[in-house]
Amino acid sequence: MNIKMPKWFYQLASPKWSYDIMGMLMPWFGLAALLLLVTGIVWGLMFAPPDYQQGNSYRIIYIHVPSAILAQSCFMLMAVAGIIGMVWKMKVAHIVAKSAAPIGASMTIIALSTGAIWGKPTWGAWWVWDARLTSMLILLFLYLGIIALYSAFSNKASGDQAASILTLVGVVNIPIIKYSVEWWNTLHQPASFTLTKKPAMPPEMWVPLLIMVLGYYCFFAYVLMARTRIELLEREHKSGWVTALLTDTP
Amino acid sequence: MGYFANFSDFINMGGHALYVWLSYGITLVIFGYNLLAIWLKKRAFFTFAKRQLKREQRNYDA
Repeated sequence: MNIKMPKWFYQLASPKWSYDIMGMLMPWFGLAALLLLVTGIVWGLMFAPPDYQQGNSYRIIYIHVPSAILAQSCFMLMAVAGIIGMVWKMKVAHIVAKSAAPIGASMTIIALSTGAIWGKPTWGAWWVWDARLTSMLILLFLYLGIIALYSAFSNKASGDQAASILTLVGVVNIPIIKYSVEWWNTLHQPASFTLTKKPAMPPEMWVPLLIMVLGYYCFFAYVLMARTRIELLEREHKSGWVTALLTDTP
Repeated sequence: MGYFANFSDFINMGGHALYVWLSYGITLVIFGYNLLAIWLKKRAFFTFAKRQLKREQRNYDA
């Protein structure tokens, strides 16, 4: 395949260039994440009005919905990175996908556990085999399988290849998660945010939620870049730029 | 205190304290773990790489 891509795309293929640019961007995402998350949590816990049916237990929404959104976005990012890695033989793309997997898995764990805790006062049960819950549980197993595959091979390139294939197969689960609340009319409520409709909540409730979603994305970007940079160092530890970096730092 | 009359009302969360604080606690722990993992991974790499570099230099000198 021979598709002409913009210059920055090829620059991304350079481990040193990626390492440097991520080092520059990282602190800004870290700072934005801190500000957004603190604002969102204080607003959501103290200033947003209680729900007329659920009372204060609905405040779990501010950590539950962003983690569920991010768990799915992270998987899609891994699928795109996996394709780029396989089509253009781009090592950096595989490293990004590998670094994203544990973060995605932890977001899925947050979504599942806070959902279970929220389910108890709202539905009367910690867990039900609802379509949304089940497809999210499958997402967690996919993440764990992908993480295991990355480290199951002594040859890193084989691990990258195998994990990317599982990611591409697993990505069919993402539309299933998204439409599960429409296809199977079970307990879980429909999406809080859609691009086409106005939220069903008043702004005092959804503005802090939006802030939390942005905060989660910035936190994700920060952790992803930090992990990617270390992984780049590990894989490139024999190359000149890493040796230079090691001799420079005491 | 925003929507709550006082601090103990805020902690009580209208009787849902257990659910709300447990969820936020778990989330905090998992976010914290993500940050800790970066630090551990970084330290492991630098310990390994510096030892490797020293060994190579010793071999070169000899």
